[in-house]
Amino acid sequence: MIVKNIVAIFDRELRSYFVSPIAYVVIALFLVIAGFFFYVMLNSFLNYSFRATMQAQYYRMAPPKVNVNMLVIRGMIHNFGLILLFIVPAITMRLFAEEKKSGTSELILTSPITTTQIILGKFFAGMTLLLSMIAPTFLYILIMIIWGNPEILPIFSGYLGLILIGGSFIAVGLFISSLTENQIIAYVGGLVVLLLFWVIGWAGGAGSKIGSVLSYLSLINHLDDFAKGVIDIKHIVYYLSFITFGLFLTYRSIESMKWRG
Amino acid sequence: MIEVQNLTRVFGDKKAVDNISFNVEKGEILGFLGPNAAGKTTTMRILTCYLPATSGTAKVAGYDVFDDSIEVKKRIGYLPENPPLYKEMVVENYLHFVAKIKGIEPRERKKKVRNVLERCAIMNVKDRIIGKLSKGYRQRVGLAQALIHNPDVLILDEPTSSLDPKQIIEVRELIKNLSGEHTIILSTHILPEVSMTCERVIIINEGKLVAVDTPENLTKKLRSSDKLMLDIEGPFDEVKSKLKEIPGVTRVSLDKFFKEGRGKYHIETKPDVDLRKTLAQTVINNNWGLYELRSEGMSLEEIFLKLTTKE
Ligand SMILES: Nc1ncnc2c1ncn2[C@@H]1O[C@H](COP(=O)(O)OP(=O)(O)O)[C@@H](O)[C@H]1O
Ligand SMILES: [Mg+2]
Repeated sequence: MIVKNIVAIFDRELRSYFVSPIAYVVIALFLVIAGFFFYVMLNSFLNYSFRATMQAQYYRMAPPKVNVNMLVIRGMIHNFGLILLFIVPAITMRLFAEEKKSGTSELILTSPITTTQIILGKFFAGMTLLLSMIAPTFLYILIMIIWGNPEILPIFSGYLGLILIGGSFIAVGLFISSLTENQIIAYVGGLVVLLLFWVIGWAGGAGSKIGSVLSYLSLINHLDDFAKGVIDIKHIVYYLSFITFGLFLTYRSIESMKWRG
Repeated sequence: MIEVQNLTRVFGDKKAVDNISFNVEKGEILGFLGPNAAGKTTTMRILTCYLPATSGTAKVAGYDVFDDSIEVKKRIGYLPENPPLYKEMVVENYLHFVAKIKGIEPRERKKKVRNVLERCAIMNVKDRIIGKLSKGYRQRVGLAQALIHNPDVLILDEPTSSLDPKQIIEVRELIKNLSGEHTIILSTHILPEVSMTCERVIIINEGKLVAVDTPENLTKKLRSSDKLMLDIEGPFDEVKSKLKEIPGVTRVSLDKFFKEGRGKYHIETKPDVDLRKTLAQTVINNNWGLYELRSEGMSLEEIFLKLTTKE
């Protein structure tokens, strides 16, 4: 029963993404920007390895082993994360704002399903769109596998990291969307909060106690290990807690909306 | 079926619903009448578990709307003021979605969707996108949505507002056909609607309950003065002044002129005195012509104005 309700919400939400242009626009935008970064990075990597090889020849040394994992994949995961930061609020902005605006919130909130089921259905719909957005980038990986010999583990862990950070973005966006009935405000609000969580990581450089707390809270700092090929349980726990907290706030917001009307 | 007791809902420092109590019996159609901002929508939202009350209780089929909201939600079909439609969806798919979240078993869904498509006369638009339907059709899809799980209680918030006259008649007809099977609460700020569709009326104003009764009894009970109409032939000024002299008459007005000194006189009298005999006698004594004499009950419209303009 519980799962059936979540699936009902999930299914409607996902279909609605794909009948409106939003899903296609978002996916296309992501792929174009990601493709551009990929191209630039691959290019500079090729330039770099070409120059390194030439230098080695000049000094009559063995050609160097340049590391495609470190230089391309790590950068790529970081860049993808940054692009997601701008694009995910566009995925989440409508999730609650539109229901409030069109009045369909009066249907779902007066039906015999729980707020938690509604939130989970919407969260998973957002996740599915996120996955269908980053899935095509495997094509870029395929290109690298054909032309070079990247290690598989950092690719795998990098993508795992992306999914986790993307999920955290969705949880934040969902919460912001539950606060307003204006989708533009939901987008801008989501973006601002995400940027905040991004930049507090810079405080880590200060070395103070607060600095290290802030740096721990920063979403991006936990991505780096994944990008380097390290799967550390503490980062997984961090992201999962972040997502849970975001969904909890959304729950509170929907429940208190009932209080305020 | 529905028991509401001392229900109050406050927004900030405004009492949208102020200590309202009423009951609705099984199978009854109750009209909820009041001007804009009277608190109709707020009351309905409390009954449908969309909003909690600030104080007081409401029970549907014995379940409390706050403590047993899931049980209440299972038994209620709700059509909000703006029908809650996903505009990008096709009518049939939308109703399927509603069937799912109302907890209808998968093998039952097709049948139930068909059933409401037929009952609400929207079979012919089942493959259309909701956003492209006319207002009248959207309202029917909204009604279908409220009916799909065959709820014990139907709550309809201004179901005919913003429809054109033809659509209004059709939707009213639909609602009338629903009576008997469901307990219905219907809100409106349009008077003729309640006397046409409802067995009992609740009038609320500024959050307070002003009156509860059948439309006919309200008309009787709330008559604070009696009105008579006379169609008399005679010199206007003389007729008017002579009528005024009769003890018990409080007001005389002449509103319609016919040819040859004939006019319609409206007379207000003190309550509970019947002056018809005296009036007829007066006309005869003065040798005027009497074409008509009848008692004019106050229409619900006047009561309504009276009730809601009273401070
Ligand atoms: N969510 C809300 N927040 C603040 N005030 C509200 C809210 N909903 C309704 N009100 C106020 O409560 C009063 C009653 O509104 P409502 O129940 O919508 O009346 P009606 O449906 O009879 O027109 C109005 O004055 C309205 O402004
Ligand atoms: Mg209203």
